[in-house]
Amino acid sequence: MAALTPPATGPSTPTPSPTAAPVRRRGRPRLWRGLVGLVAVVYFLGPMAASVLFTVDVPNEGFTLSSYSGIFGAEGFWSSLRLTLELAAATIAATMLLLVPALIAVRLTAPRLRVLVEVLCSLPLVVPAVALTAGISSVLRWGPDDFAGTPLFQTFNAIQNPGFPVVLLLAYVLMALPLAYRTLDAGLRALDLETLVEASRNCGAGWPRTVVHVVLPNLRGALLNTAFLTLALVLGEYTVASILGYQPFAVWIVSLGGSNAQVSVSVSVLSLVLTWVLLLLLAAAGRGRSQRTARPNRRAAAAPTDAALEKP
Amino acid sequence: MTATTTDRTPTPPPPPLAADAGATVEFRGLHRRFGATVALEGLDLAARPGELLALLGPSGCGKTTALRMLAGFEHPDAGEVLVDGADITKVPAHRRGTGMVFQSYSLFPHLTAAENVAFGLRMRGTGRGERQRRAAELLELVGLGQLAGRFPHEMSGGQQQRVALARALALQPRVLLLDEPLSALDAKVRLTLREEIRRLQQDLGITTLFVTHDQEEALSMADRVAVLRAGRLEQVAEPAELYARPATAFVAEFVGTMSRIPAVRAADGLVEVLGRRLPAAGEVPAQGELDALVRPEAVQVAADPQGAATVVAASFLGAITRLTVRLPDGAEAKADLPTEAAAALPVGSPATLTLPDRPVLLDHRRPS
Repeated sequence: MAALTPPATGPSTPTPSPTAAPVRRRGRPRLWRGLVGLVAVVYFLGPMAASVLFTVDVPNEGFTLSSYSGIFGAEGFWSSLRLTLELAAATIAATMLLLVPALIAVRLTAPRLRVLVEVLCSLPLVVPAVALTAGISSVLRWGPDDFAGTPLFQTFNAIQNPGFPVVLLLAYVLMALPLAYRTLDAGLRALDLETLVEASRNCGAGWPRTVVHVVLPNLRGALLNTAFLTLALVLGEYTVASILGYQPFAVWIVSLGGSNAQVSVSVSVLSLVLTWVLLLLLAAAGRGRSQRTARPNRRAAAAPTDAALEKP
Repeated sequence: MTATTTDRTPTPPPPPLAADAGATVEFRGLHRRFGATVALEGLDLAARPGELLALLGPSGCGKTTALRMLAGFEHPDAGEVLVDGADITKVPAHRRGTGMVFQSYSLFPHLTAAENVAFGLRMRGTGRGERQRRAAELLELVGLGQLAGRFPHEMSGGQQQRVALARALALQPRVLLLDEPLSALDAKVRLTLREEIRRLQQDLGITTLFVTHDQEEALSMADRVAVLRAGRLEQVAEPAELYARPATAFVAEFVGTMSRIPAVRAADGLVEVLGRRLPAAGEVPAQGELDALVRPEAVQVAADPQGAATVVAASFLGAITRLTVRLPDGAEAKADLPTEAAAALPVGSPATLTLPDRPVLLDHRRPS
């Protein structure tokens, strides 16, 4: 008996501390969370609120939206916006058409090449935009001279067409490659691609239909993320476009802002809002489709075991 | 028609679900190498119409490779695959007309159970109404009619494999291929699904190849079992025959439990085992020392104070208890006893081993 008592009391003494500690611990993170949240809000939203205030509250005039209305009327607003959106759409399409088939093929047929593809796709990260642009512009300068007599001369002209500068598209695709590769690769990694493809082919689907009906729908999240990042990249790209002398939205904003402080700030606010709106639209487009297919089915199946449905 | 498939009466369901009931499948001299590893080295094997043929063997014996060749996912270096006598070696996978259930969960994550089952019909261009009707019918057949709207991630592993089975049957395949479909499931589900697959297969009369490394699964489900080793066929036979009359020592030891008891050559082609002269079953290895291979249920153990053998371990298996008995020369033999009888033989007690007067299977003695 005597031997039993010490071990019995031993564990009983420290028990109060574990129960007391969580109480204290639980209180602190809440405080910290609030504090960190507050700092983040002030850091991000403070400047924005100040900017908005600055643009709508003009000294001597009071509240006015004139700086915003001025932008919509300003020359080049719509054309630069259209150019940017066209470039974004084309970049997204080109990047995906280039990468998706390549990544699927590498994963299924030559897994050893994956490292090579990864290195290739990451290369643009080590080339600064300015260096890339310098390279492009020197090629564009020499090209026409060297190929004067050949059909390539026309090509050089065509890709520099200010209406839709293909050369910018090429540069953007290059710059988007690392981002697109990462997201698509992560998406593919989450799938048991080989089994899905075999199951699909076993169900009588040839290669093209397998990709369209099985692989792409399961990559939707990754495709959406790729589109997201590429869109954000193209919307904010300034260096290449500016040096090559084109005027997409970002370049136009800078050129407009120089003259009037209020207009300059309101343009920044506007571009911020525009980016947000586009990204939200993209997200909504992606999410909407999945819910449309999922909802009616779930309702039909809900009857026996609802608990299982709540897991995801 | 669906009514007959839902209630599980022994009457076979209507034919439309089965293809023209049972094709023959034949592998002829299949060879396949992956770099330095040999997966198949001249496999010859034929499945009869409507039978369930299990391909059994240790991992790396080529059983899955053979199955994937039939599905069209692998191509042989040499040899051919025939279905109903026609060479399909060059036919692409999506035109093979085989239905396959995979080892890993292979349902399309973005489709519901019903859409998964209907996928093949959709690829074939069947109309929506017909597709839905057939999918519902097949899900009913595998007992999951009420889960038609579930997505794969909302189903258990067993349910997913059932849906996969329904999907494999949707196109009325000539051959059903099962690639270890139960190995990812827990023991209980595995048992029920095993019976269910067998029942369905018999009802539909579809020729089925079933790859497994689990001998119990193979013996309990299959009409015939083909034991593969290192890319070759060791033996193909009905389960009872495979168990009772294994053609080679490898089959004997792979299927069921076998003990090795030292044997000595005696006159007239007999061998002496445990002090008894017995005829040899099958061939006697030409040279070297011999072991007799015996099943635990064939070994008789009796408590004997003068016995030279000692009980060294006992494992309780329910109605029977399996004793491990050490012989004087150090060899160990396993023997099954009714559990009550085993009570007289506690671990450490002396005993005598005897063999029945039947031919014994012999093999070279292994260097221990």
